[in-house]
Amino acid sequence: MTDSIALDELTCELKNQVASRVPDANLDLCLTCGACTGGCPASGQYDMDPRKFLRMLLLGMDEEIVKNPWAWVCTMCGRCVTACPMKINIPKFIFNVRAAWPREKRPKGIRGSCDQHIRSGNAMGVPKEDFVFTIEDVAEEIKEEQPDFKGLNITADRPGAHMVLNQNSREPVTEPDEMSPLWKVLHLTGVDWTYPTVMWGGENYCMFLADDEGWRYIMEEFAHHIEHNIKAKVVVNTE
Amino acid sequence: MRKFNIPHTFELKSIIELFALWIKQGTLKVNSDWNKDLKIKFTVQDPCNIARKIESDHIVNDLRFVIKTVVGEENFIDMVPNRSNNFCCGGGGGALQAGHTEQRRAYGKIKFDQIIETGADYVITPCHNCHAQIEDMCHHYGGSYHTVHLWTIICLAMGILGENERTYLGPDLADHGLEKEDA
Repeated sequence: MTDSIALDELTCELKNQVASRVPDANLDLCLTCGACTGGCPASGQYDMDPRKFLRMLLLGMDEEIVKNPWAWVCTMCGRCVTACPMKINIPKFIFNVRAAWPREKRPKGIRGSCDQHIRSGNAMGVPKEDFVFTIEDVAEEIKEEQPDFKGLNITADRPGAHMVLNQNSREPVTEPDEMSPLWKVLHLTGVDWTYPTVMWGGENYCMFLADDEGWRYIMEEFAHHIEHNIKAKVVVNTE
Repeated sequence: MRKFNIPHTFELKSIIELFALWIKQGTLKVNSDWNKDLKIKFTVQDPCNIARKIESDHIVNDLRFVIKTVVGEENFIDMVPNRSNNFCCGGGGGALQAGHTEQRRAYGKIKFDQIIETGADYVITPCHNCHAQIEDMCHHYGGSYHTVHLWTIICLAMGILGENERTYLGPDLADHGLEKEDA
């Protein structure tokens, strides 16, 4: 005769860990209905899907979960939790699986961008001086070549500006001419704005890396700069 | 900010909300006259972060208002499903830098098929990750659409898009609105 599964002996360390960090994740409420999986574009990649991943968590298969690269294929887009009748927070579960990976084993690309951001304020690792040089350079060219925008005023860290604009750092590095259309719109609408030069990158790969410490550091430095140096009232991301 | 309880007095806003507000206030003067005869078709990718993740459709509704204003309502075709029920493009969550390229593209196939289904010539992507992913999929799966930022189309509609600012436009719009030197 086959033995029944002795549930009392299950040890679910990872599950307990996720549950303590996300008390309202409802991990135990899964009905295995599969609504999450049916609407998830990552279902089937690496032979994995959200329902299966959660089932593994509940069965204490911690080692298998943290070994599976699926946590990095899921984008934490949130479609699963929206569809879930029990509101199980799968994206936060995934975030904490990522956090359970040893930092040095997490994807190199994401880790590198996070480290650059902590060091230099943006994921591309652009020194602040280069960023300021680039925006001034692009602005000069527009002022010279496009008479309608002779009065274009692009500034960095201007105290008292009403609005601060976060710039995705890909632009100043790889396609600086993608910055100026937005400048022109802001110019014509008469917005009083400036770029920050502290943690100015609009992206945040520490968040994707599940590096809470790095994520928090970036946000704190940024908020401090806006509150105490620029004293802006509104912060706007370009996306 | 909320996650870490970081004290701040400033307000966080999306540029899309501001575009919509400025158009309604009349400070941003833009319309779709340029596309009246061209009838170039546009669709939009709803970024998960401003659609589903804020638990309100107000920004993605603003997004549609802005796009319809600049390209013409009749030239906008929505994907299905959309807004807070959209499919993620597959570029989010760091996926573009996670190294699982084959899986990322397989993930995005749903989005690619959705885009093709609209028949649109252009996909407006108001998010960098979406932009990079949707453009990559176009090359990978052999699509013919173009992937553009929202500001490009606003400036195009206003006739102020410079010559250097057209990297992502297709040949149909590459010269549109530029002064002809021999004219």
